[in-house]
Amino acid sequence: MSVYDFTFFLFAIPLIVGGMFTVISRSPVHSVLWMILSFLSGAGLMVLLGAEFVAMLLLIVYIGAVMVLFLFVVMMLDVDFAELRAEMARFLPLAALIGLVLLMQLAMAFGTWEIGGGVHMLDSPMGTPEGAGTHNTAALGLVLFDKYFLLFQLAGLILLVAMIGAIVLTMRHRRDIKRQDILTQMYRDPAKSMELKDIKPGQGL
Amino acid sequence: MVELEHYLAVAAALFVIGIFGIFLNRKNVIIILMSIELVLLSVNINLVAFSAYLGDLTGQVFTLFVMTVAAAEAAIGLAILVCFFRNRGTIAVEDVNNMKG
Repeated sequence: MSVYDFTFFLFAIPLIVGGMFTVISRSPVHSVLWMILSFLSGAGLMVLLGAEFVAMLLLIVYIGAVMVLFLFVVMMLDVDFAELRAEMARFLPLAALIGLVLLMQLAMAFGTWEIGGGVHMLDSPMGTPEGAGTHNTAALGLVLFDKYFLLFQLAGLILLVAMIGAIVLTMRHRRDIKRQDILTQMYRDPAKSMELKDIKPGQGL
Repeated sequence: MVELEHYLAVAAALFVIGIFGIFLNRKNVIIILMSIELVLLSVNINLVAFSAYLGDLTGQVFTLFVMTVAAAEAAIGLAILVCFFRNRGTIAVEDVNNMKG
């Protein structure tokens, strides 16, 4: 067993175990933590495949942003998860059946595949303008900013729309708190807002 | 010797686990969203594996777009979830009929 094989199993087993416990663990916080393990292992597999940029993006975007977002929402919402979990046993037979059917379909479809003996991982990606010897990140940039530039811009637009949508959905205008009204402040007339009074000694106002 | 089929087998197992999770946690929409993320991760592993073995970077570019859509979907989904929880006080999604669709 070579080091490569050992590393593959080192990442593949936590990937599957993390995925399994994400689905079946009792508390959602544990689910998120198992899922972080799963994504870490997935990033490790991608490094093994030579896709360093995608792997690092997985770490930064998924574990750094999306998983933390999940963790925030899980901890912020005061949900009775025990009640939701109680009915899990009721759904188990159907879920297991569907999973089994899907697994058998995949096995029947792809189990008969014969992968040719000469197939092995290529050291450097073809189809890049620079050819062999380019780093993965540089090669990806050359393809992404050249051939797929419009799609790249559209992806940015999708993120913008998602950001605006998330803000609009979660924004709440509360009425019972004091708020600064900047326009009213600016249009106030100083002459009217202040008044000088001459107070005689020994008297109040 | 680990070859392409090993990666495909791992990705297929993760995909099945994700689908299994969607059906197992039909009431808990947070776990459903997480299962969808697992399914997308398995698809990403598939794309990257084929990209590495074909020597074609298009698979990795597509992975980037899948990640974009997944991040947007998670953000919008969680925002809808927070909104729904504020209105109903629960996140049980089996009896969602606010829109009477």
